[in-house]
Amino acid sequence: MARKDPGPQVDRRKFLTGVAAAGAATAAATMSTPVARAAEPAPAPRVPSALRPTLQVAAAETETPRETTNRIGGRPGSDFMVDVVKTLGIKYLPANCASSYRGIHESLINYGGNKMPEFLTCMHEESAVGMAHGYFKIAGKPLMTLCHGTVGLQHATMAIYNAWCDRVPVIVVGGNDMDAATRPPGVPTFHAAQDINALVRDFTKWDDTPVSLAHFAQSFVRAYKIAMTPPCGPVMISLDAGLQQEVIRNHGDKLAIPRYVPTAPPQGDSGAVKEAARLLAEAQNPVIVADRAARTPNGIKLLVQLAETLQARVIDQGSRVNFPKTHYLSAPPTAVSGADVILGLELSDFWATVNSYTDNGENGGIGANGTRIKPGTKLISISSVELNTKSNYQDFQRFQVIDVPMAGDAEATLPALIEAVKAAIPGSKKGAIEQRGQAAKKAHAEAEARTKQAAALAWDASPISTARLCAETYAAVKDLDWSIVSQSGNVSNWLNRLWPLSEHHHWIGRSGGYGVGYGAPASVGAALANRDAGRFSVNIQADGDLMYAPGVLWTAAKHKIPQLAVMHNNRGYHQEVMHVQRLSNFRNRPANYGPDMGPVGTRIENPDIEYHKLAESMGWWAKGPIKDPAQLGSALKEAVKVVQAGQPALLNVWTQPR
Amino acid sequence: MKRAVLLLAVLGASQAALAAGSAEKGKTAYAQHGCWQCHGFAGQGGITGPKLAPDPMPLEALLAFVRNTRGAMPPYQKAILSDADLADIHAYLQSLPKARDYKSIPLLNP
Ligand code: HEC
Ligand SMILES: Cc1ncc(C[n+]2csc(CCOP(=O)(O)OP(=O)(O)O)c2C)c(N)n1
Ligand SMILES: [Mg+2]
Repeated sequence: MARKDPGPQVDRRKFLTGVAAAGAATAAATMSTPVARAAEPAPAPRVPSALRPTLQVAAAETETPRETTNRIGGRPGSDFMVDVVKTLGIKYLPANCASSYRGIHESLINYGGNKMPEFLTCMHEESAVGMAHGYFKIAGKPLMTLCHGTVGLQHATMAIYNAWCDRVPVIVVGGNDMDAATRPPGVPTFHAAQDINALVRDFTKWDDTPVSLAHFAQSFVRAYKIAMTPPCGPVMISLDAGLQQEVIRNHGDKLAIPRYVPTAPPQGDSGAVKEAARLLAEAQNPVIVADRAARTPNGIKLLVQLAETLQARVIDQGSRVNFPKTHYLSAPPTAVSGADVILGLELSDFWATVNSYTDNGENGGIGANGTRIKPGTKLISISSVELNTKSNYQDFQRFQVIDVPMAGDAEATLPALIEAVKAAIPGSKKGAIEQRGQAAKKAHAEAEARTKQAAALAWDASPISTARLCAETYAAVKDLDWSIVSQSGNVSNWLNRLWPLSEHHHWIGRSGGYGVGYGAPASVGAALANRDAGRFSVNIQADGDLMYAPGVLWTAAKHKIPQLAVMHNNRGYHQEVMHVQRLSNFRNRPANYGPDMGPVGTRIENPDIEYHKLAESMGWWAKGPIKDPAQLGSALKEAVKVVQAGQPALLNVWTQPR
Repeated sequence: MKRAVLLLAVLGASQAALAAGSAEKGKTAYAQHGCWQCHGFAGQGGITGPKLAPDPMPLEALLAFVRNTRGAMPPYQKAILSDADLADIHAYLQSLPKARDYKSIPLLNP
């Protein structure tokens, strides 16, 4: 990094020149006899040593202030960086270690005492970001991660993309040794780039490359603030290795750290809120659809209030727990078909909410589109994402015309909308609204009975049905303060259909970008937040998902993050099993299964992975494979006890495909 | 109209196979042709496909559906799945036990 002003005090370069001169004379002796250094007169420039002094040696040598006697001749810049980080109350720092950030790494654990944030040893950068993602969904607070700005960031990218699509803040800091003239040759140069942030610029909200410590302070606080302002999202800071390692030169001014003041989230325009309220109040059958509406537990309360005011059914698309599944107004996705007004709250895909797509190979192979709503249905949208779109990645989905579109945060807009709806409901409508509620109650009760009857199918089958897997697991934890820390588990939605999801922490929702490999690390991050809150974490863990980076199991054991992982081991990348089967059928060719149960390249069998052994080898309590449903209940009981005692536990359960 | 004609053609062609269903062979065919992928090993269904058992639709209807569907299920033509295999699959589906009443399962009534 080109720092413009070398500063008035001991300059690293001059200092090093002195070291080099002294070193040239005595190199041979000092390399082989480092202990002799203790006899040298202080405070002359130190002679280079093959060994770094330990803290104790350094302290024994030091009678005078540390700034002038340590090797670098002052306080390292990364100490100040830690001061900045500490102002933001970031509790954990999951990361995989790398030399491009060794400066701040050392400061964090030695100067910063490894607290706020506490370093969590991760075995893959994707795991680190996935953990931060899952943590936020329970704690509502962001974590930061550090990585090699090139190779580490390349590993981290998919997880950053998921966080972007899921509107989750993560502060990613990549080490990068920018000064080509001074950085070490070889590996550190391979691991440097002009602009590491370019790699993730398309799916981060903001990025910066601070060139001074004062700049770092502003960048970091700004990054935190931008990440946390709805729509939330990941941010990226490129952290120069030189800046971390050089001494603080403050030119007599105290380095300032800006105070973090959260930005109030944007609300929908008041005129549009009024128009939306009028449409909803006068509707025959208004339906509410929510995806990321409840950013906080209060969002659920507000949505219940709005739904009850209108007696409108609510479809929860489930990127968060938006609405209690137990509420009689909770409705399935098909409920849009009878609506005359639909209110979409933070939907990631409004088009697919009101249209259908059938992957049937028709129309030259592209499939068939259809509408799922009546003609003339009025559409209202409140979405903060309209304020933050980018061009490259297509997470904005297909274009949908909306009658009343609002750029604003749904949760922040709901109070005004509720008041406006109350004011807009004509007295003559009250009876009809009440009747709507009665019909919804009946529909909800009937749906519940149908769901349970469907769950009873294949109840005794082996491998174990996904409905039974979820029902057994619920029975094992229902009296605890539970939280589901898996994305969906790919278990035919049985978690959502059978568990009484009603609180914000009851489920972390989906990954956002459907980048597989999110499930395991997100579960560990969410379990960490639950551990601190005294809750019990349950993870229905898909097999394929786990194997992208199973080292996160070790991180959980290492840092004593308990969770009950119940594997949905369908012995395959089942989604892809079906895709290749589908295409084989369309093309009228028998699918080539090779020696397996499904198309070549999609199955995880021959040999079977012994997940229980994998977990056990990394410090988990584990059992399996469990194939007989009659054995599941007792194994779950055992595992729950282990988790309650603070150890993560995994059951390797062989399951039906979905 | 076009669909009805097609359906009739299929029904005509498959008469010979109709009687030959073997549940045991059907179990194998059900696995080998990937029906389990979307409908479950016990035909219980899930988010990826509806339940097929117990009480499967009549064989004629099943044949017509599997050959000609233009919905969310990819059709199986004769080139990849014979009428005889489908008749066996039907026999297998018919052999699957009735579902238990959910009210009799304590875990489904927590
Ligand atoms: C890739 C997934 C997939 C595979 C493989 C598959 N199905 Fe299906 N099947 C579906 C879906 C989805 C539906 C619902 C289609 C609809 O409603 O239009 C369905 C519907 C059916 C139905 C109609 C059920 C009803 O009650 O309406 C039958 C019968 C059926 N499948 C039989 C089979 C058989 C037999 C096989 C194997 C030879 C098979 N399917 C393989 C996905 C699949
Ligand atoms: C990073 C990444 N690679 C590949 C895919 C394609 N993909 C989608 S689902 C899936 C299978 C995942 O397997 P598993 O987690 O076991 O779930 P299952 O489908 O078996 O229920 C794959 C490979 C993806 N979405 N993301
Ligand atoms: Mg799988």
